[in-house]
Amino acid sequence: MPKTDALQGSLDLLVLKILSRRPRLHGYAIMAAIANTSGEVLRAEQGSLYPALHRMEEAGWIRAEWIKKDTGRRARIYELTAAGKKQLGAEESRWQSVSLAINRVLREV
Amino acid sequence: MSLWSRILNAVHGERLNREIEEELQSHIEEAIASGHDPDEARRIFGSTLRQREASHSIRVAGWLESLLADVRFCWRQLCRNKVTSLAAVLSLALGIGSCVAAFRLIDALLWRPLPISNSSKLYALSRKLTGPEGRPIEDGYWATPDFKLMRDAVKDQADLIAISDADRTDITWSTDDDMEKAHVVYVSGNMFPLFGLEPTLGRLLVPADDRGPGASPYAVLSWDYWNHHFGRDPHVLGRSLHIGDQTFEIIGVGPRDFTGTETGSVTDIFLPLSMNSAATQNNAFWHRTFMMLKPGVNPATALEPLRQHLSAVSRAFEAGCSECFRGLPQAIIDRVLNKKLVFYPAGSGISDLQKDYRRSLGILGLLAALVLLIACVNVANMMTAQAAARAQEMALRVSIGAGRRRLVQLILCQSALLALFASVLGAFFAAWSAPFVLSLINPPDNPARLALPADWRVFLFGFGLILLVVLLLGLLPALRASAVRPVAALKGGQDPHSSRRLMRGAIALQVAFCCLVLFLSSLFVTSFQRLQNRPLGFSTDRLLLLETVAGKGQFPVVWNQTAEALRAVPGVDSVAISGWPLLGRIMIDSDISVNGAPPSLTAAWFLNVSPGWLSTMKIPLVSGRDFHPQDASPEAAIVNETFVKAYFPGQDPIGRTFERGANQPLNTIVGVTPDVPYHDMREPSRPVFYVPFDEIGDQSAPKVVNFATFTIHTAAQDPLALANSLRQFIAQRHNGLRVSNITTQLDLVRDQTIRERLIATLAAFFAAVALLLAGIGLYAVLNYSVLQRRREIGIRMAIGSTRAGIVRLVTLDVFLMIALGACAGVVLGFGAARYVESLFYQVKATDAAMIALPACAILLTALVATLPAVLRALRTDPTEILRAE
Repeated sequence: MPKTDALQGSLDLLVLKILSRRPRLHGYAIMAAIANTSGEVLRAEQGSLYPALHRMEEAGWIRAEWIKKDTGRRARIYELTAAGKKQLGAEESRWQSVSLAINRVLREV
Repeated sequence: MSLWSRILNAVHGERLNREIEEELQSHIEEAIASGHDPDEARRIFGSTLRQREASHSIRVAGWLESLLADVRFCWRQLCRNKVTSLAAVLSLALGIGSCVAAFRLIDALLWRPLPISNSSKLYALSRKLTGPEGRPIEDGYWATPDFKLMRDAVKDQADLIAISDADRTDITWSTDDDMEKAHVVYVSGNMFPLFGLEPTLGRLLVPADDRGPGASPYAVLSWDYWNHHFGRDPHVLGRSLHIGDQTFEIIGVGPRDFTGTETGSVTDIFLPLSMNSAATQNNAFWHRTFMMLKPGVNPATALEPLRQHLSAVSRAFEAGCSECFRGLPQAIIDRVLNKKLVFYPAGSGISDLQKDYRRSLGILGLLAALVLLIACVNVANMMTAQAAARAQEMALRVSIGAGRRRLVQLILCQSALLALFASVLGAFFAAWSAPFVLSLINPPDNPARLALPADWRVFLFGFGLILLVVLLLGLLPALRASAVRPVAALKGGQDPHSSRRLMRGAIALQVAFCCLVLFLSSLFVTSFQRLQNRPLGFSTDRLLLLETVAGKGQFPVVWNQTAEALRAVPGVDSVAISGWPLLGRIMIDSDISVNGAPPSLTAAWFLNVSPGWLSTMKIPLVSGRDFHPQDASPEAAIVNETFVKAYFPGQDPIGRTFERGANQPLNTIVGVTPDVPYHDMREPSRPVFYVPFDEIGDQSAPKVVNFATFTIHTAAQDPLALANSLRQFIAQRHNGLRVSNITTQLDLVRDQTIRERLIATLAAFFAAVALLLAGIGLYAVLNYSVLQRRREIGIRMAIGSTRAGIVRLVTLDVFLMIALGACAGVVLGFGAARYVESLFYQVKATDAAMIALPACAILLTALVATLPAVLRALRTDPTEILRAE
């Protein structure tokens, strides 16, 4: 699935970005936000989101919390930490430079 | 936070899984709620199991989780074989505990630095010379004038410090009635500043206190004494204490940790060196001399020049000391002057206790280590057997993908678990046993006192020991397990002999260690028995000794009157007086000159005794007579047989005369006694002479006596029952005599053998443990091998092997191993025995009995241990075995 591949390296960046704009989202909402804002272009196998979330949580970029939903079930919501904000900055600038470089190559050749 | 949360998650692995599961489920529900078809939602989500695994491994410290799993598994393994595990833990605990206890004692006595600054730059000065018997001896005691010369000679590079040994001294606080004993040490004033010690209270002694005789009547209490005796009363400053006819003012209390430089005894009171009357005498060698290198002086290059310089100064002093060698023949003077000055590192203090117990404690440490090794071999054998039984399980684990590292971890985990339990038990054992052993080094009137803190040194040692044990136990089985070849093992075709070969090697090792322990123990036990059963030549039965002092001295007639009065006390059989007791701490020798010739090369020991002392001590006369009441010294003398041999060989000594040194009055021999030990039960007989208690001085007037011992034979079995009433009886006579110490002759004899008793007791204990462990180990190995070879034995029986053949099959190689191990053990024993030869008494390592004893013990143990396995082998029922196959 080419769509998944496109997402692969940049899933962290997207999650961090979305959480920076809209804090306290649960996994499904993050997934939906990625799909919506990308105009349904970026869609991953949804389950693979969770290992990524847990990895970023262990790295201390995001913080998780259980809340009770109206339906009575619990949901785990995430928000950005200070370290996460810093990481987001770094990832964004890395992405900019990479995409700039790729664009340049595409133009030149 | 990350590592901590991962560790927490590892402990709560199940809960974590539930949480992840819940989160994933909530995602799918959310998807369904927002209008997706349930199947479609699950398909888009992908495999929940895989995501859960991925998340789990991210959020968990994997190594810890597998470790925990291993620990749980090992715990179940240990629980499955409860009896074996318990035996393993107990034997390991005993070994670890003994080792730690031995370390605590050795460290406290020999290695632990004194709590002073620059302890590594502290050296003790001593001299090596040839003793009167031609053997090398050491002399660590110095005369104060000599010390002062040496101190001034090297003052640019090093500071010399004079410190006397702690002497148990009679001190009084106010009136004569409350006299008590305290350990008094005389120190030069520079000791406290050079050691960097600060007072707890008041001030400490300073170099100005070295001014001169009688100029500094000041005393510093040790913190320990202040604490015990005064309950840390700050008003103790300014109080005065009396020693003999001197009065000292307390000016301070020392720092909390410092208890003097004599490891094994605790100083109570520090006095200035200059206040001791011996400090002005050229021929009183009474204190030790320490040297502290100045900052910036390199020991590697400075010590040898310093040694030569000090040696030259000291030799010049002694050569010029007119009163040191008055009247001695040139040969003795040459022998005494010809000595080598040496330095010893003294950062851990210097004491006779160290000298006496260094080798004994070394041997105890060795025995403890050997017992631990034997226990380790036992447990390693047990684990090898278990591992062999689990070969199939290991093979299965490998074939379904377990890494070799995991297998090693699994086995090491088991040994670590065993070692952990054992070390907890062992810590308790060590906490109890080290002070207990120390309390055995305990002459009633002068117990050894050592601080035995359980600090980082002990913990570090214990930790290292556990690590060693884990490796010893686990490494071999672990490597074997990890080398397992799944195909061969699962087919059941792995070499069945390999584990038995390993265990047989272990048997040889174990027997060698055990034999070494037994060999050394039998040497020590026999030594002790021979020493204890040594014929004394006098009776110790019902003999009470009252060591009595007279502050300013009393004439012999007063002493005799007191003895006469004591005889009238009910319960007293007979009373005699001697200058000091036999086998006590006092020994004084005297030059002997026969017929006006210069003194002979060997000196003789002497003792002042009253008439009737010989009969009270039940020492018979070989010839001649006892002293009469009118005999005085110098006039009459009684000598022992060695004295006769030394000075009057081949002559009838009765009526002959000798002088105590050149140009001294004549003593006439009136009687001869057999040899009795004078000062040390281990030493060969020395020439001894007895002179009358009544001594005549220079102007034909009686000499006063400052101290003497009443030797009292009591009617009651326990002489100490009378002790207190007699002490009061003497005090009530108000004639200046006071009992300063009460003991019995039996206790003095027992004190002589404290070290031998201690080491013999502990060695016997270790030997019993070693034998027991070796027996258990032997039994286990043989039993296992018979179990493993049941098939083979059954087949052999079925095809007609005799019972003798079966027994040979089962036991031959084991007994070969035992023989091999025993030989190795005895060879090791010879090596070790040479190191401790000085501790033996009339015992040689090459005595046939000394080798036969351990050999028999091992053989007997081996027979007992192999019997059950042999019987099991013989009871093997071939039909049953073959049917089962």
